[in-house]
Amino acid sequence: MAHTFVEKIMAKNAGFTSVSPGQVFDATPDVALSHDNSAPISKIFYSLGVDKVKYPERLAITLDHAAPPPTTKHAQNHAEIRRFVAEQGVTHFFEVGRGICHQVLCEEGLIYPGIVLLGADSHSTHYGALGAFGAGVGRSEMAAIWATGQLWLRVPESIKITLSGHFNPWVTSKDIALFVIGQLGADGGLYASVEFHGEAVTGMTMASRFVLSNMMAEMGAKNAWVAQDEVTFDWLEAQRSRGSSVSGNRQIWAETSRALWPDPDANYLTQYGFDASTIEPQVACPHTVDNVKPLSAVAGTKVNQAFLGTCTNGRLEDLAEAAKVIAGHRVAAGTRLLVIPASSQVYMDAIKAGYVETLMAAGATFGSPGCGPCMGNHLGIPAPGEVTISSANRNFRGRMGTRDSEIYLASPAVVAASAVVGEIAGPEQVLGT
Amino acid sequence: MEQTVIRGRVWKYGDGVNTDVIFPGKYTYTISDPAEMGQHALEDLDPAFAPNVQPGDVVVAGKNWGNGSSREQAAICLKQVGLGAVIGESFGRIWYRNAINNGLLAITCPAAVAALKQGDQVEIDMQAGVIRCEAGEFDFPPFAPSVQAIIADGGLIPHLKKKLVSKP
Repeated sequence: MAHTFVEKIMAKNAGFTSVSPGQVFDATPDVALSHDNSAPISKIFYSLGVDKVKYPERLAITLDHAAPPPTTKHAQNHAEIRRFVAEQGVTHFFEVGRGICHQVLCEEGLIYPGIVLLGADSHSTHYGALGAFGAGVGRSEMAAIWATGQLWLRVPESIKITLSGHFNPWVTSKDIALFVIGQLGADGGLYASVEFHGEAVTGMTMASRFVLSNMMAEMGAKNAWVAQDEVTFDWLEAQRSRGSSVSGNRQIWAETSRALWPDPDANYLTQYGFDASTIEPQVACPHTVDNVKPLSAVAGTKVNQAFLGTCTNGRLEDLAEAAKVIAGHRVAAGTRLLVIPASSQVYMDAIKAGYVETLMAAGATFGSPGCGPCMGNHLGIPAPGEVTISSANRNFRGRMGTRDSEIYLASPAVVAASAVVGEIAGPEQVLGT
Repeated sequence: MEQTVIRGRVWKYGDGVNTDVIFPGKYTYTISDPAEMGQHALEDLDPAFAPNVQPGDVVVAGKNWGNGSSREQAAICLKQVGLGAVIGESFGRIWYRNAINNGLLAITCPAAVAALKQGDQVEIDMQAGVIRCEAGEFDFPPFAPSVQAIIADGGLIPHLKKKLVSKP
């Protein structure tokens, strides 16, 4: 019988021959991710009357959501996490400044085809770009995983999205992700496993593919798979050559990837096809991610702050795009440009490549690697009445810490162009091409 | 066993209510006291909710209630103010799990959502699987046995404690 990716990886994890949508089973994650929320999770964990984490080597903890800590309370939270990490012998612990969990875990080689990750973070869908299963869970659930090594999961239905055609200039995977979310709605993938197939995916870099799987959290998806190929395996080898301890090799990754590949005649809840060549840059307007309009419909909207960063679009490729747009220009008077690299690795690479200098010369300011103001903790909270254009994944009311402010979401190139013009604008408006 | 009949007034909201307006992200690493979480429930959606909600009251939501973040406070803050249940057309998947795991009922029943208005009196009979109000009676599907067991124990953590203790 034919199966989708999620059915295959869940059957493998459960040790069953096969599983079907709707079936509930006890999953055993290979990686259990948490971040600044690890202190409250540890309180729940100890309240169970358990002394020791069952598989400490499977935990991965980053300090990224409010890092470095903006207040004493945030600092106490980090101190509690460090205590827990020491008590439990958690080896995959990443300090303040290393970067955002989803970027760091991939760079560190913890994720490769076949991995099952459960994360106390909704953007855990991110890992599907490497052929892994990643899904978000709550804090109590993470405490349960720490104590028992397991958590119940329901096998989801699957949705197949085929992306055809070639991208127009300055159209990116962010634009197609926003376009798909705009078309299918914030509940368009609710409870489902979303799969991305097609030639437009094949042509994407890994950095671009991560955007697809990351953004599917905004469509309600449980996990999101992106077709793997030599690009995937090259990327994993590149991480190893920089010193990550990713296990396996090209042959093993390819074999696992093939074994979990969705069958062509698998059963899907729905199948969609989108042609990348038909879309222009897209913008998600306040206050929901599915309120998506073509750039031309919102161009000219005044912006006070442009924010480039986050687990969605804070990678080297994103800073490169922004630098290309901004080189030789200045951030507009009355607008500020905030750049936060997704990890220390991205930051160092961007310095070497000259992007940091280009962006700073134009008037940008840099924050330390982490989530920054994405969810309203620090480093760029807008004033009431202000408008932010952001490369992040969420624009909910109050998301960046201020209820009466507006957030537009777009690609890094559009964020950079908007910073230069002082209004929502496309790169062509800056570059005159 | 949790109480099996819930009675209260309806607080009605629309489609797509997300976790950030249920419990703002800026409080996620500074507020650890559940009672204090309750004070901020629905702060950026309806400031009148937290000061006026009564134990047993019920939120009636449209589609995709609780979409967005995995923050469990978005369920805990509602449990803390004594909310009896959320009746919705559909739920964000992590919020739904968090609700069940905190012993807060999340009931999928589009017909009841269509019938219930702000301020209506409503009664939810868990045993019978029925919602009663002025507009009539609406059946809702029973929870899976594993989920029923979690609700009966008052949430995932008390449920797990019981299981861990009963092991030799």
